[in-house]
Amino acid sequence: MGIPANGSEDSVSGPNGEEGRGIAELVTDPSLQVEISDAVSERDKVKFTVQTKSSLPHFTRPALSVVRQHEDFVWLHDTFSENDEYAGIIIPPAPPRPDFETSREKLQRLGEGNSTLTREEFAKMKQELEGEYLAIFKKTVAMHEVFLQHLAAHPVLRRDHNFYVFLEYDQDLSVRGKNRKELLGGFFRNMVKSADEVLITGVLGLKEVDEFFEHERTFLLEYNTRVRDTCLKADRVMRAHKSLAEDYIPISVALSSLGTQEVCQLQTPPELLGRVASDEDLKLSDLFKYYMRDSQAAKDLLYRRLQALADYENANKALDRARLRNKEVKPAEAHQQLCCQRFEQLSASAKQELTDFKSRRISAFRKNLIELAELEVKHAKASSLLLQNTLIVLKGDA
Amino acid sequence: MAAEREPPPLGEARQPELEELEDGEDLFTSTVSTLESSPSSPEPASLPTEDISINSNGPKPAEIILDDDREDLFAEATEEVSLDSPEREPILSPDPTPAITPVTPTTLVTPRMESKSITAPVIFDRSREEIEEEANGDVFDIEINVSDPEKVGDGMNAYMAYRVTTKTSLSMFHKNEFSVKRRFSDFLGLHSKLATKYLHVGYIVPPAPEKSIVGMTKVKVGKEDSSSTEFVEKRRAALERYLQRTVKHPTLLQDPDLRQFLESSELPRAVNTQALSGAGILRMVNKAADAVNKMTIKMNESDAWFEEKQQQFENLDQQLRKLHSNVEALVCHRKELSANTAAFAKSAAMLGNSEDHTALSRALSQLAEVEEKIDQLHQEQAFADFYVFSELLGDYIRLIAAVKGVLDHRMKCWQKWQDAQVTLQKKREAEAKLQLANKPDKLQQAKDEIKEWETKVQQGERDFEQISKTIRKEVGRFEKERVKDFKTVIIKYLESLVQTQQQLIKYWEAFLPEAKAIA
Repeated sequence: MGIPANGSEDSVSGPNGEEGRGIAELVTDPSLQVEISDAVSERDKVKFTVQTKSSLPHFTRPALSVVRQHEDFVWLHDTFSENDEYAGIIIPPAPPRPDFETSREKLQRLGEGNSTLTREEFAKMKQELEGEYLAIFKKTVAMHEVFLQHLAAHPVLRRDHNFYVFLEYDQDLSVRGKNRKELLGGFFRNMVKSADEVLITGVLGLKEVDEFFEHERTFLLEYNTRVRDTCLKADRVMRAHKSLAEDYIPISVALSSLGTQEVCQLQTPPELLGRVASDEDLKLSDLFKYYMRDSQAAKDLLYRRLQALADYENANKALDRARLRNKEVKPAEAHQQLCCQRFEQLSASAKQELTDFKSRRISAFRKNLIELAELEVKHAKASSLLLQNTLIVLKGDA
Repeated sequence: MAAEREPPPLGEARQPELEELEDGEDLFTSTVSTLESSPSSPEPASLPTEDISINSNGPKPAEIILDDDREDLFAEATEEVSLDSPEREPILSPDPTPAITPVTPTTLVTPRMESKSITAPVIFDRSREEIEEEANGDVFDIEINVSDPEKVGDGMNAYMAYRVTTKTSLSMFHKNEFSVKRRFSDFLGLHSKLATKYLHVGYIVPPAPEKSIVGMTKVKVGKEDSSSTEFVEKRRAALERYLQRTVKHPTLLQDPDLRQFLESSELPRAVNTQALSGAGILRMVNKAADAVNKMTIKMNESDAWFEEKQQQFENLDQQLRKLHSNVEALVCHRKELSANTAAFAKSAAMLGNSEDHTALSRALSQLAEVEEKIDQLHQEQAFADFYVFSELLGDYIRLIAAVKGVLDHRMKCWQKWQDAQVTLQKKREAEAKLQLANKPDKLQQAKDEIKEWETKVQQGERDFEQISKTIRKEVGRFEKERVKDFKTVIIKYLESLVQTQQQLIKYWEAFLPEAKAIA
């Protein structure tokens, strides 16, 4: 499949469910199956074709198909995270923005007729970069798909009205991208949140009575930081691998043109190296990235719970004050009751969610690490075989 | 003749020496006077003239007698055959020798032959070409190792001494295995001597490793870090390759200076190799002068072969330079990969620590360990990339410069010949004028000068043909060596890659059960 350098109409189709599901470790439920069957990249927009098969009653048809853009996914995510009803749930992290910039730039630079490359080198570089482009494309599709599938698998979230709209409404959702004010607002809110966290726990002296949550909080904080760091390092390894693979291209071309025909076999290692790099990327780097975001979502959950706890505490204090002054006791009581209920609901739900999160994480890591090891072995065996064959040819000519 | 037709493998190596010996003998018996001049004189081109003339008038009849002589020696199967026996006469090969070595006669005449087995001088019967092929074919049976770099002295006067070990069964050496201590300037001195003797007659003398003021200063100052050890190792390997290449050359192997270098425990210090010495500056001036001359010489290349080769070497030079820079980039990136993998390993270990699920935690630490091992692998691979590949390319780039130098010498030779022709013409004209003016005493002088210049013209022509012939042979040899070298190196490199992959397989297969054990 040729990917033209100007990045116009490209499409990738095929089941990406395998990779996606592997990371999130979801159980597919036949009553609601969501997948991204097709994706088209136009200039700077990517259009995903979302297909749903469902036996649930409130869908008008058993099979649906709509076209969505990245902004729609973000919108969907925000509606969930801003919905108080779901405060006790770990909201699946929104998929990352499709980023073809670097890849597209590289292809463009190559296409601009860099005369220092021979024709062979050019062809190979083009192949490398196109492979890279394709890999990024597949990855972004997988990320979007996982997001939807995660929502579909969650017993509570799958029943959300906005979710149905997203899956069914066959017109353009016309989701207005966040304007600058909202983006800034979001940015500040995040900052406030982290400051708030510190405040709530530190200054106000809120004591976490529940050991489970105490443990989870410490764990998640550390884990999130670490996984972020590991993700970064894994990215660097991947990039270094790639530049190494790219290095082999001119070398193998030069060697084969040195006039000794035995040497042309050296071309194969660079392709292999490149492929190993992108496979490793899919397994390891993606794994870490996903759990970085997922653990962030878990942290958000804890934060919301903490907020609920704070509300509860405040309500308690208000009630005490009201009782002291013997004014407006009833509403204060009611409010306190509400807060207490909310907090307890949240706590229970959070406990469940966090336990699920843990088991999800563990099985995802297990699966991915096994696959990574198997893939590495497979590639090493293949390249070893190839190299040995080359050696036999070379030595045989002696 | 019951002569052995199949000489033992050492035989092949032996015969060039004997042929050279012929020349030496010739030089000795005929032109003793001219030979008193030092071998490093700038005009040894005059020597070959004498040689050729002798050879062409060589006593052919004596050859057959000598063959029988040789066989007699053979039949007796004596352990020690001494070539400086008084009854020995110049031994000639069937054809005049194209490989003329202007060497100091004294050392050449007294090689001791302490070979363990009788080597076969019966190859006199064979044709020249066959002999050449055999010479180029197999084992020269001399192995050189450069090892044990040792710092001698302190401060800025310190230097590194390397142990040069030679293992050989060639009879021209006094022993079968010996070693000496040499320093870098000794190598440069050797190269300088060989270059002065052989380059201008068309032999491709392997260039010596390059000087590095920075690298050496670090070592002198005593900085014990990895970069200075790397530098020393790089230099040691380069010196070894240089020597190995030099001894592979059949003509250079005969050279007494080379033998002295390998054998004698004390070597006069080669001070002329210092960059800032008087000789060094003279060299630089000469190089500049040469460059200017090259631009002004316009040679009528009558020989398409040479034109083609010139172009070929230009192309090869460019290709190799490009490849060299690519390989250096590769080395750089591999080092980067190694660093990144190490960082990743540490990060994964920390992640494993913070993971509260024990099995997953253990698996993650295992992953970290695997990645660390892979990092090691990458580092070793980087060394392979570098030493095996990049250095070879550097060597060949310098070798090609030597080839170009040799081609330039040929041009200069041609120029000299042309100049001699021009001078001859002028002398003839002068003579004609004198004839008319009728001055008998000056006339005789003019006639003498004409004779002199006629000889010079003839000599110039012969020199030119000689150098052309030598270059053809040398280039042929060079090409063969190049292909062989590259092939060997690539095979070695691929083998190292294979090994890396095998190691990777081992590591990941060991990791797999750990990953599966995550419950």
